[in-house]
Amino acid sequence: MSPILKITNLSKVYDSGFHALKGIDLEIKRGELFALLGPNGAGKTTLISIICGIVNASGGTVTVDGHDIARDFRAARAEIGLVPQELTTDAFETVWATVNFSRGLFGKPKNHAIVEKVLKDLSLWDKRDNKLITLSGGMKRRVLIAKALAHEPRVLFLDEPTAGVDVELRRDMWRVVRRLQETGVTIILTTHYIEEAEDLADRVGVINGGEIILVEDKVELMRKLGRKQLILHLADPLEAVPETLAERGLELGQNGETLVYTYDTQAERTGITALLKDLHAAGIRFRDLQTRQSSLEDIFVNLVKAPS
Amino acid sequence: MNFHAIKAIYRFEMARTGRTLFQSIVSPVLSTSLYFVVFGAAIGSRIEEVDGVSYGAFIVPGLIMLSLLTQSVSNASFGIYFPRFTGTIYEVLSAPVSYLEIVIAYVGAAATKSILVGLIILATAHLFVPLDIQHPVWMLLFLMLTAVTFALLGFILGIWADNFEKLQFVPLLVVTPLAFLGGSFYSINMLPPFWQTVTLFNPVVYLISGFRWSFYGQADVSIGLSVFMTFLFLVICLAVISWIFKTGWRLRA
Ligand SMILES: Nc1ncnc2c1ncn2[C@@H]1O[C@H](COP(=O)(O)OP(=O)(O)OP(=O)(O)O)[C@@H](O)[C@H]1O
Ligand SMILES: [Mg+2]
Repeated sequence: MSPILKITNLSKVYDSGFHALKGIDLEIKRGELFALLGPNGAGKTTLISIICGIVNASGGTVTVDGHDIARDFRAARAEIGLVPQELTTDAFETVWATVNFSRGLFGKPKNHAIVEKVLKDLSLWDKRDNKLITLSGGMKRRVLIAKALAHEPRVLFLDEPTAGVDVELRRDMWRVVRRLQETGVTIILTTHYIEEAEDLADRVGVINGGEIILVEDKVELMRKLGRKQLILHLADPLEAVPETLAERGLELGQNGETLVYTYDTQAERTGITALLKDLHAAGIRFRDLQTRQSSLEDIFVNLVKAPS
Repeated sequence: MNFHAIKAIYRFEMARTGRTLFQSIVSPVLSTSLYFVVFGAAIGSRIEEVDGVSYGAFIVPGLIMLSLLTQSVSNASFGIYFPRFTGTIYEVLSAPVSYLEIVIAYVGAAATKSILVGLIILATAHLFVPLDIQHPVWMLLFLMLTAVTFALLGFILGIWADNFEKLQFVPLLVVTPLAFLGGSFYSINMLPPFWQTVTLFNPVVYLISGFRWSFYGQADVSIGLSVFMTFLFLVICLAVISWIFKTGWRLRA
């Protein structure tokens, strides 16, 4: 199937001369949830803003469902919904009016049933007659999501939707996102909460300094870059790692009560059998053992830190 | 054409007007009434008829124009500047709407509002002086053309401005003086010859003169010239706007 979003050699130089995007190539598959990760200032918002038509690209092309965002902007934008990073809403409009406004703006005829459903899904129905200025930040965030969904987009961009949002709203939001994904909506998400990407995403992209440095299936990524640790809880605390085991790269943890062995799941031999034999020989006994897979967060931090 | 979008923006802008009804409607009516009291009653009683029209009636077209010009400019400039200022413009930029549609919606709403104000002032004036409009169709035509032209000017201003001061600057320091000096309160024939010539460089003269002609059948400059100049300003504003949008200037980074 052709990709829903195809970005080719996209670059952006701001008027200030700042090179925010440097030749981005990226394809988003139909119906997937793609998490775009990257440190502050990496270019995530710039990338999304170009695709959505808020910022002009300096070079390169983007097509949304085959429609070029410049030449065929109407068809391209009609498919897109955007929840921006900044909380910007009108003040004196009501929730109901502003969400209906968004639907009209995107060229869709009035449809109160759809707007009603969107508001109910986001627990905004009770607030429909409230003026936006009277809503809390989290509620405004919901309104922005409702506005983005009012015209039934096929591609939804969520630019850090969970920044400053409480647990309940986050859960609500992910419920809505999952349901959208079930109806075939493609979702592109940026977030600094990596556990979110870990929970939700099908694929993960990492952008740093205006360049995509990695795009990978999430499960694959965790398997490939994930390191595993074997943690041995000792029966008798140790002062130091015994001489005989020095070469195995063990670390002593928790006041000498644990031994931590880090290994690569991809390696031919993990060395666990040999290690256990040596421990036995050294007379070290243990009460318990556990393994731990490194999280996406660890992977991410390693990637972004690495000098490129 | 994305008519749903035009309608959405237009209605949004008109709703904004509705919320600020006092400021939008009451204040122009009040200031017009004050002008009548000061110029019409106090000073006007000492001035004889101008061009065969009583002074009170003579100033009505000028007063309407004065409000029409300032209202059109400030409505339209505010309408587009404010979403830029708060950031809500992102939604319009990300929507499947063309620049033409954006202009039609914002300028249409601003012009509608100032035409309403113009008509309300006309009705108010009617309470003070007897009015009899000789060319009502021309009157409405001038009203609409001028409102649209100056709303376009306001739209340009709202895109150009990057702070509130600049936004206030043009209506207050350019449009109002030009309207005052353009014969709102006097016929330019009353000026010494030198100043008459200078005044002809003031574009507003042509608008007021034409508008007054539609009321009383008399004008400072020929009606053909007035119509021509009105269209000329319209075309200039349209040209500037299309140039702005060709370059994406100040709306998209
Ligand atoms: N209008 C602008 N003019 C000049 N530079 C800009 C402009 N907008 C963004 N930048 C710069 O471009 C870079 C990328 O910004 P962008 O907002 O895309 O980052 P981001 O990845 O979304 O960061 P964050 O996680 O903080 O939201 C930053 O260094 C920023 O300072
Ligand atoms: Mg950002």
